[in-house]
Amino acid sequence: MNNSFAKRLLRVLAWVIYAALGVGIIWGVISLVRLNGPVFFVQAIVDGIRLGFVYALVALGYTMVYGIVRLINFAHGDVFMVGAFTSFYAITHYQWGFVPAILLSMAVCSFLNIIIERVAYKPLREAPRIAALITAVGVSFFLEYFTALKWVFGPDFITYNRPFEVVVWDIGGVLISNITVIIAVVATLLLLGLQYVVFRTKIGKAMRATALDKPTARLMGINVDSTISLTFALGAALAGAAGVLYAIAYPQIWTFMGIMPGLKAFVAAVLGGIGNLFGAFVGALLMGSIDVLVVSFVPTGSRLRDLIAFLVLIAVFLIKPAGIFGKAEIEKV
Amino acid sequence: MRTKAHLSPWAPTLFLALGVYLLVFLAERFGLMTPYWYQVIQLAAITAISSLGLNLIYGFNGQFSLGHIGFYAIGAYSSALITKDLAANWSGTRIGPLAWMIAGQVGVLVVLFVARALRLGTVRARLAGGLANYLKPYEAGVLVLLVTLALVSIALAAGVFAAWGLQKVLAAIFQVFLSLPQGIARSVVFLIALLTGGALAALVAYLIGLPLLRLSSDYFGIATLGFSVMIYTALQNSDQVIPTMKGARGMVGIPTWTTWTWVFGALFIVVFIMRQLVHSSYGRAIISVREDEIAAKTMGIDVAQLKATAFAMGGFFAGIAGGLYAHLFGFLHPSTFNFIKGFDPLIIVVFGGLGSMTGTILASAIFALLIEGLRVLLPRGFEDWRFVIYPIILLLIMLLRQQGLLGTTEWGWLRAPLPPERDIPTPDRAAQARVEEQEA
Repeated sequence: MNNSFAKRLLRVLAWVIYAALGVGIIWGVISLVRLNGPVFFVQAIVDGIRLGFVYALVALGYTMVYGIVRLINFAHGDVFMVGAFTSFYAITHYQWGFVPAILLSMAVCSFLNIIIERVAYKPLREAPRIAALITAVGVSFFLEYFTALKWVFGPDFITYNRPFEVVVWDIGGVLISNITVIIAVVATLLLLGLQYVVFRTKIGKAMRATALDKPTARLMGINVDSTISLTFALGAALAGAAGVLYAIAYPQIWTFMGIMPGLKAFVAAVLGGIGNLFGAFVGALLMGSIDVLVVSFVPTGSRLRDLIAFLVLIAVFLIKPAGIFGKAEIEKV
Repeated sequence: MRTKAHLSPWAPTLFLALGVYLLVFLAERFGLMTPYWYQVIQLAAITAISSLGLNLIYGFNGQFSLGHIGFYAIGAYSSALITKDLAANWSGTRIGPLAWMIAGQVGVLVVLFVARALRLGTVRARLAGGLANYLKPYEAGVLVLLVTLALVSIALAAGVFAAWGLQKVLAAIFQVFLSLPQGIARSVVFLIALLTGGALAALVAYLIGLPLLRLSSDYFGIATLGFSVMIYTALQNSDQVIPTMKGARGMVGIPTWTTWTWVFGALFIVVFIMRQLVHSSYGRAIISVREDEIAAKTMGIDVAQLKATAFAMGGFFAGIAGGLYAHLFGFLHPSTFNFIKGFDPLIIVVFGGLGSMTGTILASAIFALLIEGLRVLLPRGFEDWRFVIYPIILLLIMLLRQQGLLGTTEWGWLRAPLPPERDIPTPDRAAQARVEEQEA
């Protein structure tokens, strides 16, 4: 058997296997779509992207804070919850409109996160990183249980009154409500705004410099402390807006509502490569889509959605240990 | 300055341990302690066992794990399955889960050994090298993958076959237990159940540790957090696979066999094993991985293997603690193993001091007393404040003592042993000072 013949044979064999794999995947997708109809599939994708936009807003806060102080801010999900509750009180008790309510939520959350940063994280900046992580968990517990007290927000589920009427459009069988449109528009505007702040302004430059190298940034005349506070404020503003949007999409709020979306958003940030804004956005869309697709297509999927979400995360880790867009850090001796 | 000790170094520690044991034992026996506090103290010791496992993983080996509660859950549920089955069938004939579980573990071990004997890595490398002459890398990859899959399936088949055979044998052996006097049989079964729970947790830890421990610190933390969420979700849906686990409704009818003697004995043995491990050459290798992985590699330490082993060992301790927990209340619910609760061991380990066994034990006691003490101390109508005050205390402690309660210091016998007595030249400070003076 000469070399070229063996080569040709092996190549044919390889292509046969490729073809079999490709046919198998296509057949799987087609049979899924045929089983439930293409409309169902598109509907799931649309709903998934809607959820993904909300996750993206939260994930960006995580990824920015991690990028600048290397801290997994576990309290971020609870800031998200406070945003939802703030808008609930503004809308239900003071009859505010949607836009003022979302702006108020963003302001309140920014303020809250700046206080959290000053009290709980800033004194520990030189300490081992685990100390700040534990205080983050502590702040998270505090926010959850303090707001669950009867005279704060109360421990019960509260029905959220949407500030506008829901209109549903039927586009070829796919149902799209104005909630989806509003979430997509608001989230896109905020994301573009963040992009502008981070990459086009002096403040953004200071943030990027601080994330890269704190001592050098300080030497360049950047006020590192206020830059870090500002990063926390920006992240919290996005989380506050996300809280409002989430509450509008799923109108039931309670003080522990932030845990799972917070965790999912964080996983999305890690999935995209933490510290990378674009990666966080893509990871969040992916995460939201996976969530909804699993619920729609996997039997008993609504109970297994968390399991599958984390399975995807671990699978991504095994192939790309630093996330999809993350750069692997090379250790130097 | 070394002074001649009048007591053996382990004596005060042993006396203290015996004292604590007798104090609780007698107080319970003579009714000086309410059953509630008796349970709290047992729970504190169980938490200490589990947290010691995490301290080995995070404090000594430096691997930031958020999934410790997952191993705790595995240990709890698997040991509960065994004892529940046996207790229910004490006069019956069917002893399924115990035999299956042990056989399954042996099966997995067989898989690992067969995989090692087949030398997967070498075969893959040889094949890839040989095919590289003929094919492009991505085309060769498919063939290598196929061969690997074939070898893996051979290993799997061997494991399944071994498990199936062993299950038949074990089921027959366990019939013998039913004929023993109940008191003895119960203790033996409980011991086997605890060890099986721990071994299963260790096996899972080893298997997920090998691939995941390549990740860098924070990513590993998130992956293990994901693992614990997966375990939690799986437990909630467990009734679809094993009906006796009852899923989200909670598993009931587990015999309440845990006593203070069991808990204390387990804690004592775990502390003993861990102390001997940490102060051995193996333990120093584990610590060196924490300090500097690359330097450890240069010293010839198989870092990947060592990390996975330490991870498995920590998982083993957590599994045993879980088994004790399951038999303490006789009731298991997935919400006990929620990932939020998974922060508890981490908080204890950090609060006690990373890399301090004494600190971990002390911190577990303080943690249990704080959580339960607040329940008693708070006036009526303020019970909800328990988890408001607790994080505030946590915050204050972390802000005031960043290195934890004890840092890395140990007490008594747990301290590193002194090096063997030898004539070590002590520096003569006075002479040194004179030399320096002259030079100046």
